[in-house]
Amino acid sequence: MTRISLTVDGQQVADDVEPRTLLVHYLRERLGKTGTVVGCDTSNCGACTVHLDGTSVKSCNVLAVQADGCEVTTIEGVAADGGLHPVQEAFRECHGLQCGYCTPGMIMQTIDLLAENPDPSEEAIRSGLEGNLCRCTGYHNIVKAVQHAAGQAAPTSSQPAEGVGA
Amino acid sequence: MIPAAFEYVAPASVEEALAALAEHGDEAKIIAGGQSLLPVLRMRLNAPEWVIDLGRIESLRGVRDAGDHLAVGAMTTHHDVGKDALVHEHALLVSKAISHLADAQVRHRGTFGGALAHADPAGDLGAPVLALDATMVVQGPGGTREVAAADFFVDLFETAISDDEILVEVRVPKHTGWGASYEKFVRIAHQWPIVAVAAAVRMDGDRIAEARVGLTNMGSTPLRATAVEEALVGQPATTDAVRQAATHAADGANPPTDLNGSAEYRNHLATVLTARAVLAAAGRDAT
Repeated sequence: MTRISLTVDGQQVADDVEPRTLLVHYLRERLGKTGTVVGCDTSNCGACTVHLDGTSVKSCNVLAVQADGCEVTTIEGVAADGGLHPVQEAFRECHGLQCGYCTPGMIMQTIDLLAENPDPSEEAIRSGLEGNLCRCTGYHNIVKAVQHAAGQAAPTSSQPAEGVGA
Repeated sequence: MIPAAFEYVAPASVEEALAALAEHGDEAKIIAGGQSLLPVLRMRLNAPEWVIDLGRIESLRGVRDAGDHLAVGAMTTHHDVGKDALVHEHALLVSKAISHLADAQVRHRGTFGGALAHADPAGDLGAPVLALDATMVVQGPGGTREVAAADFFVDLFETAISDDEILVEVRVPKHTGWGASYEKFVRIAHQWPIVAVAAAVRMDGDRIAEARVGLTNMGSTPLRATAVEEALVGQPATTDAVRQAATHAADGANPPTDLNGSAEYRNHLATVLTARAVLAAAGRDAT
């Protein structure tokens, strides 16, 4: 067992963990942060994306011991006082989700993307979200949601037609 | 998927890391950013008894101007190398390759030295550092030694780093003013290339004065396309001339055959991608 102490969503935590514990499992199983999900478990899909010291990482591809002394932000910590983060708001507004499984990771990566590039082109959005897979293939409205969050032209046809969608 | 149990140590200096490596030897594995190693451990393709984490060694991070070359600390993340102004100015080919490497999250964790030490023949950094004649600095119990990139890659996932040594720095000679391009052919976003070509070109007016061409995934190690480099010298940067030189791209290569393509297909890709990369590096429209 190795002693770690870190800050998760603004709260100081300390635990003894097995070195092989993955950060995502620590977050979910020890801290109950189940908003962060495990998707592919092979570091491809990005559903488990969290911020580690301010930048996005795939938490299934980081050991909990590597996060010792770090600051972790999960999807559960992005908004204050029970409200929604502007990016969460944009995903809701633009119907940027179908089944919703990839959404926590998409939102965490979008926050990172917009922090680095506040006014991204559509191409920059698509390549910036390259490490996040949507199993419903709902990328169209995800891109619109990111554009909306960036304050770009309001989407005009974001709502899917009746009978379309997951 | 959870790795097999291991003991963990995170030394604060290279010397402490070398001591841990000397103590645990064959039972130990070095972890840098872990973006290649952790999937391997999770799939249980490897199960070391000890994992030695270089993540706490601050002296291994950063890019430094060292006169005729840039010194890239082995633990500098892909993200930090890719965004570095010095790298952009003096080793543009490295910036270009990193922009195609994996995805944003992996680039935030993965490290320049870790990827090179992992020596995946489909990794995106081998070809550019080979093309730019980089030098690897490895440190062992007896001090440091320098290994030319051409001697560094030995075979599949095998380098000239000895069991008791650690890669600490990569020295990339300055190629200031050279154009560069990394042409990567993939079937799926953010994956390893089926074939990729790294090209840097120094122009003299309308003609190519010098060219450097590296190949990714065309053999068990990254390769230099020296026949192409020689054929390009003094040529005009026209589509016809460059395509003619690029017909030599697969000379001496020994590409794998797998579900993504046959060796013959990869040879063809190498010639097409080489022409595109050289033309783009020369500032010409690749169409």
